[in-house]
Amino acid sequence: MSTAVHPLLRAKRRKAALRTLAFLSPWIVGFSAFFVYPLLSTLYFSFTHYDGFAAPTWTGGKNWTYVFRDYPLFWPALRNTLWLVVVMVTLRVVFGLGIGLLITKIKTGAGLFRTAFYLPYLAPPVAATMAFVFLLNPGTGPVNHVLGGIGIPAPGWFTDPGWSKPALTVLALWGIGDLMVIFMAALLDVPREQYEAAELDGAGPWHRFRYVTLPNISPIVMFAVVTGVIQTMQYYTQPLVAGKVASGIIGNSGQQFEPGYPDRSTLTLPQLVYNLGFQRFDYGAACVVALVLFVLAMAFTALLMRRRGGLISAED
Amino acid sequence: MTRLTKAAAAVAATAAIALLASACTGQNSSSANDDATKDVTITFWHGWSAPNELKAINDNVARFERAHPNIHVKVQANITDDKINQALRAGGSQAPDVVSSFTTDNVGKFCSSGAFTDLAPFLSRDRIDPAATFPKPMLEYTQYQGKRCTLPLLGDAYGLYYNKKEFAAAGISAPPKTLSEFQQDAVKLTKTSGNSYRQLGFMPDFHGYESTPGHLAAQWGVKYFDANGKSQVAQDPGFAAMFSWQQQMVKALGGFDKLEKYRNTFGDEFGAKNPLHTGQVAMGIDGEWRLGMARDAGMNDLGVAPFPVPDDQASTYGKGYLSGTVIGIASNSARKNAAWELVKFMTTDTDAVVSFANAIHNVPSTLAALKSPKLDPDPGFRTFIDIAQNPASTTTPASINGGAYQVTLQDFGYAYESGKVKDLQAGLRGVDSQVDKDIAQAR
Repeated sequence: MSTAVHPLLRAKRRKAALRTLAFLSPWIVGFSAFFVYPLLSTLYFSFTHYDGFAAPTWTGGKNWTYVFRDYPLFWPALRNTLWLVVVMVTLRVVFGLGIGLLITKIKTGAGLFRTAFYLPYLAPPVAATMAFVFLLNPGTGPVNHVLGGIGIPAPGWFTDPGWSKPALTVLALWGIGDLMVIFMAALLDVPREQYEAAELDGAGPWHRFRYVTLPNISPIVMFAVVTGVIQTMQYYTQPLVAGKVASGIIGNSGQQFEPGYPDRSTLTLPQLVYNLGFQRFDYGAACVVALVLFVLAMAFTALLMRRRGGLISAED
Repeated sequence: MTRLTKAAAAVAATAAIALLASACTGQNSSSANDDATKDVTITFWHGWSAPNELKAINDNVARFERAHPNIHVKVQANITDDKINQALRAGGSQAPDVVSSFTTDNVGKFCSSGAFTDLAPFLSRDRIDPAATFPKPMLEYTQYQGKRCTLPLLGDAYGLYYNKKEFAAAGISAPPKTLSEFQQDAVKLTKTSGNSYRQLGFMPDFHGYESTPGHLAAQWGVKYFDANGKSQVAQDPGFAAMFSWQQQMVKALGGFDKLEKYRNTFGDEFGAKNPLHTGQVAMGIDGEWRLGMARDAGMNDLGVAPFPVPDDQASTYGKGYLSGTVIGIASNSARKNAAWELVKFMTTDTDAVVSFANAIHNVPSTLAALKSPKLDPDPGFRTFIDIAQNPASTTTPASINGGAYQVTLQDFGYAYESGKVKDLQAGLRGVDSQVDKDIAQAR
C-alpha cells in the first residue's frame, strides 16, 4: 500500500536535496578529483604495463604476480614497514606522552624544556638523518666512543641490519616535539576536580593516571596512533637517506644504488613505489605496491577505530 | 568526527598514489621538424657540479654558441637521473632538450622506453659513422639492441691506485700485474693495530666504494647475457672466479667483520677524507677522476696502473672496466634539430672533446681526440687513456630495466661475502633466475 506524496512536498524535498548537494559540491569535486580518480587510476594501472611514455597495455594480473612472488624487495619492505608501525609508533606515543607528562609537572623552567624537546621536530629530515648517521657511525661517531669508554658494547647502528631500525626509531624519538605538544595540551585539559576526587578516594599516582588521565586523553592517544600509523606507512626520507649515507654510495656517480642498506633492513614500501615507478619506469608494479600501502593503512585505521571506539573520549 | 577522521586518514594514505597517477601523463613525439637555422633557445641538463667541471662545460657551450649564433643554450647543472626520468616523462616547456647522464646502465631504459630520440637518422644525415668516430666499448654502452639513442660524452676508465711511498717502504718495486701478485702486495702493505688496522693493503669488501662486483668482474672479461638476452652469470666462469678471489682476499686480509668495522672509519668517497687520500688503504680500484681529487686533497703519492688481471689471463694486462657519461635528445623536445647541433658539437668536435677531457680529467670519447696532441700529457692520465683504448676492456651492457641486473648481482655479492650465502653456484643460478624475471616484467 503506498501513499501518494503531494507534488508541492515532492518539489520542496527535491529543492532541499539540490541545496544540500550544492553546499557539498566543493567537497565532492575535491574528493573525486584528488581521491576517487587517483585511486581508480592506480587500480587500473596496476593491471597494465605502463612506462610513462607509450600508452598503457592491459596485462591482467602480471604485475600482482611479479610483486608478490618475484620481486625480491617486496616482502622485506613489508616486514620492515610493519616492524616500524608496531615498534616505532608505540614507542613514539609512549615517549611523547611521557615527556608531555613530565613537562606538565615541572614547576620551573618548563618553557626551556618544552623548547628543547620541540626544536628537533623542526629540523629538516634529511639534515637530521645525516647528522644521526654521523653521530652513530660505529667507527668514528661520538656515541660509540662514549659507549666504548664506559664499557658498553657499541652497536653497528645504521651499518648493522639488526640495529638499523632501532637507530631509525631513536631518530624518530628525538623528533618527538609534535606529539609532546599535542599530549601537553590534552593533559592540561583534564579537569582538576577529577584528580582531587580520586585523591580523596585514596588513588595513588598510577591509579590517577590509569583511571583519570588516560580515559580523558584517550581520543588524543587514538589520534596519535592513527596518524602515526599513516605517517609510518609513508616513511620514506629518513630510511632512504640513512641507507644511502651509511652505505657510502651517494648515487650520482653512475653507481647502482643499493636499496635498503644494510641488507635491505631500511627498505620501506614507499621506497619501492619510487624504485619501481620512477627509477625502473614500471608504473604497473609501483601501483600494486601503492595499493598494498593503501589497503594496509585503511585496515590498521579501521581496526584501531573499531577496537577503541574511535575518537570519542570516555566522557562523551 | 569519526567519519571525518577516517576520510582524512584515507586521503593522507593515498596522497602518494594521487601523485603517482597524476604524473602518468607524458607524451612524446619522435619527429624532428624544427628549423635549426632560426633563432632558438634549447635547454641542456647535465650532472656536473664541481666548479672546475662547471667552468669546463660552460666554456664548451660558449664555444658552441659562437659557432652557432642563432642557437642559445640554457644550461642546468647538477641533475640526477631521477630528475631526468621525471622531466622526460612530464615534458612541457621547462623540460630539457639535451640531456646527459652519468649512469650508462640506464641507456637501455632510455632507449627502449622511447624517452630519448633515436640518433641514427641524425648521424646518417650528417654522414657520421659511429664506428669510425667512437671507441668500440663506448659505442656499446650508448645503444640498446641496435637503437642508438645516446652518444658518449667523455668516458671513465678504472684502474689501480697505489701509494708509492708505502710501496717503497714495503720493498715493492712495481705495481702488481696479476691477482696473485696483488694479493701478496695487499697482505704485505697491511698493518694491523689491535682488532683493527693502521693501514690496509686493499679494501676487498663490495661496499669499499668502487670495488663493486661489476667493476672487478671486468678483469675476467665476463659476459652478463647470452645471445638470447638471458642472464648467464652462473654459466660464465669469470663470475664464480671473481667471487672466489674476493672471498680469498677477504680471508687473507683479516675477515669480513674486521674489514667492515674498518670500512666504517672511512671518510666520504668523493670528499677529501677518501681512504686513498688519508693513507687508510694503500691500494684501491677507482676511476681516472681520483687523480685530480687526490691532488686537490694534498695527496701526491698516488701512482696509477691498470688493475691486475687473473693469473691465467696475464697476457690481457692493461684492460679495465669502462663507463662514462652519455648524452641524448629528449624525445618530447620540440627543437630536436637544434638540440642535435649541440649534441654533435659536444661529442664529435675534437677540440671540444679534448679541452673538456683535459679540464675535468675524463677520458676523451672519440678516436680522433684520443690521438690528439693537445691531450694532457700527464702520465697518470695517459694510463687511463691506454686502459680505455685496450681492446680487452669491457663495460656492463645496457638492459631494458637499467642497472637492475647489477643491483641483483651486488645483492648476491653482499650476501656471499658476509657468509649469509654459502653455495656460490646455487647463488649465481638464483641471480640468473631473478634477472630474467625482472627483465620479463619490464618487457
